[in-house]
Amino acid sequence: MALFQPNHGRASSTTAPQSGRGSASGYEAVRASRDFWTLRRRFGSFVVPACVLFISWYFLFVIVAVFAPGFMRISVFGDVNVGLCFGAAQFVSTFAIALSYRRWAQRRLDPLSDRMRHRLEGGRRQ
Amino acid sequence: MTGPAAAANLAAATVGTPLINFVIFAFFVVVTLVIAVSAAGTNRSTTDYYAGGRAFTGWQNGIAIGGDYLSAASFLGIAGIIALAGYDGFLYSIGFLVGWLLVLLLISEPLRNTGRYTMADVLDLRLKAVPVRAAAAASTLTVSLFYLLAQMAGAGALVSLLLGVSSSAGQDVVVAVVGVLMIFYVLVGGMKGTTWVQIVKATILAAGAAVTTIWVLSRAGFSLPGLLHHAASSSVAGNAVLGPGLEYGVSTAAKFDFISLALALVLGTAGLPHVLMRLYTVPNAREARRSVLWTIWLVGLFYLCTLILGFGAMWLVGGKQILAAPGGGDSAVPLLAFKLGGTLLLAVVAAVAFATILAVVAGLTITASACFAHDVYANVLRGGDTDPAEEVRVARIAAVVIGALAVIGGISAKGIDVAFLVGLAFAIAASANLPSILYSLFWPRFTARGAVWSIYGGLISAVGLIIFSPVVSGQAAPAGGGGSSLISDPHINFAFFPLTNPAIVSIPLAFFLGWLGTVTDPSPADPARFARMQVRAFTGVGAERSGRS
Repeated sequence: MALFQPNHGRASSTTAPQSGRGSASGYEAVRASRDFWTLRRRFGSFVVPACVLFISWYFLFVIVAVFAPGFMRISVFGDVNVGLCFGAAQFVSTFAIALSYRRWAQRRLDPLSDRMRHRLEGGRRQ
Repeated sequence: MTGPAAAANLAAATVGTPLINFVIFAFFVVVTLVIAVSAAGTNRSTTDYYAGGRAFTGWQNGIAIGGDYLSAASFLGIAGIIALAGYDGFLYSIGFLVGWLLVLLLISEPLRNTGRYTMADVLDLRLKAVPVRAAAAASTLTVSLFYLLAQMAGAGALVSLLLGVSSSAGQDVVVAVVGVLMIFYVLVGGMKGTTWVQIVKATILAAGAAVTTIWVLSRAGFSLPGLLHHAASSSVAGNAVLGPGLEYGVSTAAKFDFISLALALVLGTAGLPHVLMRLYTVPNAREARRSVLWTIWLVGLFYLCTLILGFGAMWLVGGKQILAAPGGGDSAVPLLAFKLGGTLLLAVVAAVAFATILAVVAGLTITASACFAHDVYANVLRGGDTDPAEEVRVARIAAVVIGALAVIGGISAKGIDVAFLVGLAFAIAASANLPSILYSLFWPRFTARGAVWSIYGGLISAVGLIIFSPVVSGQAAPAGGGGSSLISDPHINFAFFPLTNPAIVSIPLAFFLGWLGTVTDPSPADPARFARMQVRAFTGVGAERSGRS
C-alpha cells in the first residue's frame, strides 16, 4: 500500500501509523509524508494570500475613511460617493473570497484530505 | 396613529401600544419555550448538552450562528448609529462582516477537527497542560460575561421603550425576567434547544429586517440614491452623513480609536467563545465550513439591510425624534417601524429585538456554563475524572449562577451604549483567544508557557486598558461611542490610556507574549503533539463523531 510517499527520506509507507489516537510518532510520519506536505502547501497557497488580501483591503478602507474622509466624499453619481462604493466593495469582496474558498477547497483540498483520512482510519481499524 | 397621537406617545416615553407589544413578546416566548422543551427530549450525554449531539446540518448551524452573532447591538445599535451619524455606522458594520473570513479560512475546520466542546480543548490537544486550560477557561468566561452584560444592559433600555416600563425598578424586573427565561432555555433545552431558538430567532430577524427594508425602499421609489438624498437633506448635518467622521470624530485619538475598534472587530469574531462552540454542533469539518458560509451570507445581507434601515430612519423619523426617545439611537428602528407600519409593525420589530436578546443571552449562557463544567470543573479541578452525567449537572448549576450574575451585571450596567460594550468584548476576545488558537494550530514551536502568557497577557492588558481608559473615568461629557465614563465625576480621573478600545495595543501584545513565552520556555514543544494536531486539523482523523452515527 503505497500510501505516503517518502519525503526527505524519512518516512515511508511502512512507517505510516497503524494506530491513530495513541501513537503520536505515527502522526509525525504522516506529517512528513508527501501527501500531507501537498495538502499543507495547497492550504497555505490559498489561505495565506487570501488572509493577507482581505485584511489589507479592509484596513485600506478603514485608514482611508479615517485619514482621508474628503476622498470618501467624492461623488460617483449623485449622492452615491466613493465611500459608499468602497464599503459596498467590502461586502462584494467578502462574499467573493468566501465563495471562491468553498469552490477551491472542494476541488483541491477535500479529495486529498478525504483520501488521507480514509486511509488512516482504515489502517486503524485493521 | 399619526401626528399628535404619536407625539403624545413619545412624550409618555413609549411608542405603540404596550399591550400589543406585550402580547407579541409573550407569543414569542411561549413558542420558543415549546421548541426548547420539545428539542430537549434527548439531552442525555455531554455531547447532547454541549454540542446538540453534533447532529445539526451546515445550514441549520449557519443560521444559528447568525442568530448568536446578530445581537441587539447589531440590529438596533448599528442601525441607530447610521440613523444618527450616517456613514460611520456603515463603517462599523463592515468590520462585523469581514471578520468572518478569518473564521472561514483559518479557524472553523481545524477547530471542528481538533476539539470536543470548547476552545480550551484545542489548546489541550496541542499542549496538554492544566494551566493552559485554566487560562483558556478564564478568558472564555470573561468574554462571555462581558458580552452577556452588554446584552442584558440592552434589554432594559429596549423594554423601557417598547413596554412603556420607564421606572428604573420596572426595568430591573424586566432584566430579571429575561434572565429567568434564558436560564430556563439553557437548563431545559441544552445546546439543542438553544440552537433551535437561535434558528427561529435568526429567521424572524432576517424576515423582519427584509420586510422593513423593502418597505423603506418602496417609500424612496426603490432608488438607493433617492433614499440617500432624502436622508441627507433631512439631517441637520446635511451631506456630511454620507461620508465618514461624524461618529468617530476628527481628533487624532478618535482616529486611532476607530482603527483600534476595526482591529477588534475583524480579529475578534474568530475569538468569540459562543461562536467557536457552535462549530462543534455539526457532524464534521465540512459542515462547519458550510455553516460559516451560511453565516457570511446571512450576516452580510443583514448588514446591507441595516444600512437601508438606518438611512430610512434618518429620513422618515429624523435625528431629533430619535435622540429624544428613550434609548437614543437604539430606538431608531422601532420608531421607523412605527412610522411605516404603525402599531403592528412596531410590535413585530419589538418582538424580534426581544427575541434577539433572549437568544443571544441563552447562547452565551450555555457557552459559559459548558466552559465552567467542562474546563474548570471536570478538567482543572477534577483532572478529567468525572462522569458525563455529573458534568452536565455542574453545567446546569453553572448556568443558573451565570444567569444570576448576568442579571445583576445587566442591572448595574443599564444605560451604557450596547454597541460600544460589544466592541470591548470583541477586543478582549481577539486579544485573549485568537493568538493562542492560531499559534497552536500553525506554529510548531508553540509551548504551554507561550499559551499561558499570551492568554493572560491579552486578557489582562485588554481589561486593564479599559479600566484605565476614558470608558471608566475622567470623561463627563458624551464623546466617542460611549457617553460619559462609568465614574461620571470628572474629578476622579485615572484614564491614562487615551483610547476607548484597547485592541490596537492588547492584540499585538498578546501575539508578542505568545512568542516571548515560547522562546523562553525551558521545555521545548513536543513535535509529536504538533504533528498530531496538524494531521487531525487537516484531515479530520480522530475528530469527534456525530451523536447519531
